[in-house]
Amino acid sequence: MLQSAEIGPASGVSTTPVMALSGITKTFPGVRALSEVSLELYPGQVTALVGENGAGKSTIVKVLTGILQPNEGRIEIDGQETTFPTALHATQAGITAIHQETVLFDELTVAENIFIGHAPRGRFGLIDWPAMRRKAKDILDRIDAPLDPMMPLKELGIANKHLVAIARALSVDARVVIMDEPTAALSQKEIEELYELVERLKSEGRAILFISHKFDEIFRIADRYTVFRDGQQVGAGLMSDVDEAELVRLMVGRDVDHIFPKSEHRVGDTVLQVEGFAHPTEFDGINFELRKGEILGFYGLVGAGRSELMQAIFGITRPSGGKIRIDGSDAAIHSPADAIANGIVYVPEDRGKQGAIMGLPIFQNVTLPSLSQTSNRGFLRLAEEFKLAREYTERLDLRAASLDQDVGNLSGGNQQKVVIAKWLATKPRVIILDEPTKGIDIGSKAAVHAFMAELAAQGLAVIMVSSEIPEILGMSDRVIVMREGLIAAEIAGGDLTPETLVRHAAGIGAKP
Amino acid sequence: MTQFLKSREALLIAVIVALLALIASRFPAFIEPSNLSKVFNDTSPLILLAIGQTLVILTRCIDLSVAANLALTGMVCAMLNASMPGIPIPVILAIAVSMGAVMGAINGLLVWTLSIPPIVVTLGTMTIYRGIIFVISGGEWVNSHEMSAAFTGFPRAEVLGLPMLSWIAIIAVAMFLLVIARTPLGRAFYAVGGNPNAAVYTGLNVGRTQFWAFVISGTLAGLTGYLWVARYAVAYVDIAGGFELEVVAACVIGGISIAGGAGTILGTLLGALFLGIVKNALPVIGISPFWQLAISGSAIVIAVAFNARASRTKGRIILKRAEGTA
Amino acid sequence: MTDVARHIPDRLDSPAARLLKSWEVLLLAVAVAIFIANSLASPYFLNAWNLSDATFNFTEKAMIAFAMALLIISGEIDLSVASIIALASTAMGAAAQFDVGVVTLVLIGIGTGLICGAFNGVLVTGMGLPSIVVTIGTMSLFRGISYIVLGDQVYKGYPSAFAYFGQGYVWWVISFEFVLFAALAVIFGILLHKTNFGRAVYAIGNNPTGALFSGIRVRRVKFILFLLTGLMSGIAAICLTSRLGSTRPSIAFGWELEVVTMVVLGGVSILGGSGSIPGVVIAAFVMGLVTFGLGLLNVPGIVMSIFIGLLLIAVIALPRLWQMWRFW
Repeated sequence: MLQSAEIGPASGVSTTPVMALSGITKTFPGVRALSEVSLELYPGQVTALVGENGAGKSTIVKVLTGILQPNEGRIEIDGQETTFPTALHATQAGITAIHQETVLFDELTVAENIFIGHAPRGRFGLIDWPAMRRKAKDILDRIDAPLDPMMPLKELGIANKHLVAIARALSVDARVVIMDEPTAALSQKEIEELYELVERLKSEGRAILFISHKFDEIFRIADRYTVFRDGQQVGAGLMSDVDEAELVRLMVGRDVDHIFPKSEHRVGDTVLQVEGFAHPTEFDGINFELRKGEILGFYGLVGAGRSELMQAIFGITRPSGGKIRIDGSDAAIHSPADAIANGIVYVPEDRGKQGAIMGLPIFQNVTLPSLSQTSNRGFLRLAEEFKLAREYTERLDLRAASLDQDVGNLSGGNQQKVVIAKWLATKPRVIILDEPTKGIDIGSKAAVHAFMAELAAQGLAVIMVSSEIPEILGMSDRVIVMREGLIAAEIAGGDLTPETLVRHAAGIGAKP
Repeated sequence: MTQFLKSREALLIAVIVALLALIASRFPAFIEPSNLSKVFNDTSPLILLAIGQTLVILTRCIDLSVAANLALTGMVCAMLNASMPGIPIPVILAIAVSMGAVMGAINGLLVWTLSIPPIVVTLGTMTIYRGIIFVISGGEWVNSHEMSAAFTGFPRAEVLGLPMLSWIAIIAVAMFLLVIARTPLGRAFYAVGGNPNAAVYTGLNVGRTQFWAFVISGTLAGLTGYLWVARYAVAYVDIAGGFELEVVAACVIGGISIAGGAGTILGTLLGALFLGIVKNALPVIGISPFWQLAISGSAIVIAVAFNARASRTKGRIILKRAEGTA
Repeated sequence: MTDVARHIPDRLDSPAARLLKSWEVLLLAVAVAIFIANSLASPYFLNAWNLSDATFNFTEKAMIAFAMALLIISGEIDLSVASIIALASTAMGAAAQFDVGVVTLVLIGIGTGLICGAFNGVLVTGMGLPSIVVTIGTMSLFRGISYIVLGDQVYKGYPSAFAYFGQGYVWWVISFEFVLFAALAVIFGILLHKTNFGRAVYAIGNNPTGALFSGIRVRRVKFILFLLTGLMSGIAAICLTSRLGSTRPSIAFGWELEVVTMVVLGGVSILGGSGSIPGVVIAAFVMGLVTFGLGLLNVPGIVMSIFIGLLLIAVIALPRLWQMWRFW
């Protein structure tokens, strides 16, 4: 672990933090999400919080906003120690957050979404709707959002919902504004407007915590940085004292090239062809091929339609057009069961909801799609199940007390190994991995990467959806970049650089 | 305005008007003001209970114990009156309201503090409350001649041409329209049911909000318990048996989403009126009252299918061109 | 997280050790205790014929409870079961007025059950509606049809051979119903615990999305479960109608609650995902013994329902209270 960089006084800016966290530790069963982290926020300054997925950024946001209570550590506001037993306490202390997923209420109006929990009250303590509407209009005007305050929220699109979330943050006289990947779902124009807003908040003397994966915007708007890695704070300082390479080094903790076990292997015949795949609202005009022994990366910003596309290929959602060919012949895939029968399997991004079945033991998780193999005329044969489960979990170097253990008691990385083992046991021809290393520890990450390379070497065709540039660059033979539901570019060989990926994903220098 | 025309409430008003027109075409006496006021009065207990149930369903719960709560409170009031006829009506009302509130609070506490699924809690308390009636009454009836004139007279007393029972229903509707629209608790019912996760983020206590919904539901059931027993001038173990289903039916027909967070008091009022009109019209048009149960059942099934169609969730809409049209 | 060498054992504790810690064993102890208490409380209890009579308190409900257990494990519920009995019984009663044979009556009972189950199944799995509201609706609808057909009338006049299902004895004190109950317990036990279908039911109950993503045809499985529940309600209707020898629209009123209580008491999680058929079988005996014992002590039926309501809540509340208490 690196020592925290000393924060020196910079000329012209405040050097006393409005909010300071120190020694914050937060553990969940089996996971240490935060380990003695510190974080300081200064009035009138933007602090960028960077780190890979699973580094603990979301957890610290939840601690800051009172949704989670740390096991240990100190929270200070203006030098006074304080605690946030509930979210309300944090709000009252002037801390407000624009969360990654919109935490809004579809059935309520725009004005109410802005003011819920602190609506203006009139006579008898009743909610004063005219005042609420007026105040909402004022705030919306301040951020140039042309929305009717009395409109039900459910009638707004994503970008407008985001504006409501921002308006909500401004409705309390917040001293600390937390923005958790605020630009992830926004268009370039909307992003520019957001930057202006950030500048305005700064000039009003508010402290801003800005969480982002995009280095260009961090360097553009942030004054300070804090880097998290594996639940620890590994560096902090002034943006003027750091460059991109240094931030990446802090985030990843080692040189990027060395951790990816990319083996040299031959790419064989085409296995999967996707032609003219379309969906009414999620993606359109998707054409690509996948060959044996190939790792095809899918890169894009969060919400670019990659997972939606993969789930359509896997038969979860029904596409409105297009077809899938396996080995050149049409495959009718209307359900995951059909996809599995055709040799296509999908390791989903949401491990807890879609991947592992918590409550069932490891061996039953592994054999679930392969029961027809292990059973005899529909009757279970436990010995066969244990045999199959053992074979694949040991290949993946699973760490568990026994195969009869509940998957829910495993660490994230080991759960992911179980999910991958489950799919390999079906002996697939195409394996789709959606953010396969999101939120898992470094050790498991390396194991998953090594295994992916081994699979490709054995002739399996692999699709890897990932938002992590080092992973995409390190693992893929070829990369398809998606933007707003369309294929923005297909990149291979020498053109595979972080710059080209980011440019195509964000639509910079390309026709929108 | 155009939004209202497309709403569930407008559709229900149209259905009710059409239903009344249809009945009136053969039996014009049905839509005379005096008869309509009789129908409203007859539907008032349903309206009272349905309001409470609406709040409960808004918070993603369900209260199947309301009819048993009504019956137990009614029996206690009737027995008190029979043994001590001197107890003034305001005291009886206070007892009914507090008994109902306590029974609602028991449901609410079990749901809030022990996180027991509401369906299990209220199925259980439904039989317990109903069983207690038998224990305290020994299975005996309290008949009209045992009740005092003041006791049975209260719900029938006419004020400005309407019986007290109708006025109480009207006041309750008005009061809860206000509570829903203008109090933080009223808005919290929507927030907690619509997006419990987000509710936590905004500092709302999901369990406590559900608790209050159960308390209100129980209070209204208790109040209605006295009114019911006094109006029909009889109390026995099985009064209002199965009434909880009619109450849920009124809510579901009124467009209250069983998934929580969506629906209005006006919708519930209309749903209850629809059922009340059907019930009162059956004997008029010569259909056996035994049809009532099957009609409420079909109405629930049709309404819940309709609700689901209306609220089908759309994806997150990634394609730019789709955003405008969706 | 436990760090272990590459070899992972199949199991840590033996199946026998696990059994000893299970809910079923605790429940069995309760059943034995009630049995002893009953035999001490009433001299009439320990009599083969009395005990045989006692089984009728639970055999019909337990048949439905087996199917309901699977349904609840899969995360759904069917509150219309008692109304299905009413409708199936009414259908059989109506047919009996035309002097049809016993076989036809049985087919009508089973057929009505299957149709009702399919109706629930289509609404829940085909249209994606919440099962709790759907079956509250069909609970009124099915019984409502019985009321339309029967009003305050009674169907009687079942053929004498029809009485065998509810009143016949296979051997000595062993009734036909008890044999059917035992056979169904074995069949459902095998279905849930020993087949791929049963595994799918558990997977769906623990995580329906995960099960779908694992290639399980979730909607088909759930539809079959509704069908099974309807079927078992139809079979229970045959037994009950045969035993009573008459049909009123109020037949089996409130049974849905007792069936759900039996399932929950048997250790099935009301939230889905866990539970066992042996548990439900023991729960059936416990409820039957309690009802019978209280009956011998002349406690009226409605008071017993208080116990059942308390039992339902206590069974779920006590483990949670225990956990909270341990947490402090």
